[in-house]
Amino acid sequence: MPEPMLSLTGVNTHIAQYHILHGVDFEVPRGSLTMLLGRNGAGKTTCLRTIMGLWRASAGTIRIDGQDTTRAPTPDVSRLGVAYVPENMGIFAGLTVRENLLLAARSGEPEAKRLEWIYALFPAMRKFLDALAGNLSGGQKQMLAIARAIVEPRKLLLVDEPTKGLAPAIIANMVEAFRELKRTDTTMLVVEQNFRFARSLGDTVAVMDSGRIVHTGRMDALAADSALQTKLLGLSLDAHQ
Amino acid sequence: MTKHEWLPLALVPVIALASLPLVGSAPTWVTLTVAGLAMGMMIFMMASGLTLVFGLMDVLNFAHGVFISVGAYGAATVLTRMTKQMEAESLASDLSAMVPAVLAAIALAALLGWFFERVLIRPVYGDHLKQILITMGGLIVFEQLIHVVWGPDIIPLPRPGTITGSFIVGEAAIERYRVAAVIVGLIVFAAMWLLLNRTRIGLLVRAGVENPEMVESLGYRIKRLFVGVFVAGSGLAGLGGAMWAMYQEQVNAQMGAQVLVMIFIVVIIGGLGSVGGCFIGALLVGLLANYSGYLAPKLALGSNILLMVLVLLWRPRGLFPIGKA
Repeated sequence: MPEPMLSLTGVNTHIAQYHILHGVDFEVPRGSLTMLLGRNGAGKTTCLRTIMGLWRASAGTIRIDGQDTTRAPTPDVSRLGVAYVPENMGIFAGLTVRENLLLAARSGEPEAKRLEWIYALFPAMRKFLDALAGNLSGGQKQMLAIARAIVEPRKLLLVDEPTKGLAPAIIANMVEAFRELKRTDTTMLVVEQNFRFARSLGDTVAVMDSGRIVHTGRMDALAADSALQTKLLGLSLDAHQ
Repeated sequence: MTKHEWLPLALVPVIALASLPLVGSAPTWVTLTVAGLAMGMMIFMMASGLTLVFGLMDVLNFAHGVFISVGAYGAATVLTRMTKQMEAESLASDLSAMVPAVLAAIALAALLGWFFERVLIRPVYGDHLKQILITMGGLIVFEQLIHVVWGPDIIPLPRPGTITGSFIVGEAAIERYRVAAVIVGLIVFAAMWLLLNRTRIGLLVRAGVENPEMVESLGYRIKRLFVGVFVAGSGLAGLGGAMWAMYQEQVNAQMGAQVLVMIFIVVIIGGLGSVGGCFIGALLVGLLANYSGYLAPKLALGSNILLMVLVLLWRPRGLFPIGKA
């Protein structure tokens, strides 16, 4: 069995006096899209930030592509080929769309072919290339955040709530974009509250509660089990429909 | 840029033109305007580093005044040893004294800035209260160290011959040094603008001012950028200090601390982290100080505070706020 792209073993995270993650264990298989689900405050965002090195794990081990990154500073984690899209999107509002993309291309100018592929995924990016990112709509900002993350090929993409606050039409566009990304065999870990979105894209799933992983498995198995959804997430997909 | 973003740019000509009927005499107005612009340019040089340090590193550096003083002393040390070159009344001869003086000012202040960042600031990143305490302490200690190195007395500073005295345009007397200060200020502003808007390092600095965490997440070592910006900002303060000292024609250890409040006002008016805002803010402060000093000397003492209050009532985050994450 190939080594997973990302593995967390017994990861604990403290923020000031608060103990947020309590021995988190899960793996993200290579080339898969893993959904990290859980109620508000379950520790999903902390988990992503700990993987990125933005918050330091107080115990446990994080391995990315076989390398121990538990104590690695954030730039070193990024340079391993990890891209991070935070919950607030983290776009630079005072920079243009072009400058946002340029900054993310660590090797210099973004490759023209890659840019064309991104514009095909998110046509608004070409249209607003010289507009200030702060003037984009919420959906366009989210598209820019994801475009920036994939402006170069990445080994691992960490995305925090990509559908948060987006209109259904934009979410449909986002689903298509993630499907296209899956076709490139990019490994992804996506935190999501929208179960319908999670079900349509996820290969595997990890569910968190109170800073612990309470379930891991195939996404299709969780989607088919209403009782398990209710137990883990509070509401089943049926209840949403 | 929207029309609302252009409005602050109109403030400088609006204030200048509005003061013309109040001053009454056109030659006096020209003299005051050039004096205000020169003062503004020198304040800009001293304040531009501080605004980047504020914006990028979120550091309240009250020791910034020391970099100004040390720069002034660095320039004075060179200039007082090159009086013969400055008496020659030729531009080339003056430049042979001034260029090393300015370079000494920048180098000395930049070196001190590097020391401050490594030793005093780095342990207190993210803690404003400790930053205020430790940088105020640093300001006091280094002012005393200036006395130890250069002595407690005020050092008179001769101005090079080619930038001493005035020339007449129409009926207006214009000091040569003020014109020189305006030219140097414009060169510094243009260089900073080009660096920030036309280079990758500038792009990183602008991004870092908005969201340093995201810059790190993109794989850049923000701490190295911090050091670079702090050192460059200190060097600029040193350059501003040298220019200010030649303007005042003397050097003393407290000269940096004396202009510090004005510099903070400029940084706040401009918007934390905004070099363009700092430039406009400095010009506004310089012009208002000169106009009010002529029209109502007693009001001049509070004109900067009044300007800051009015600007913050209009734009609570300054003239050109940076979208902080």
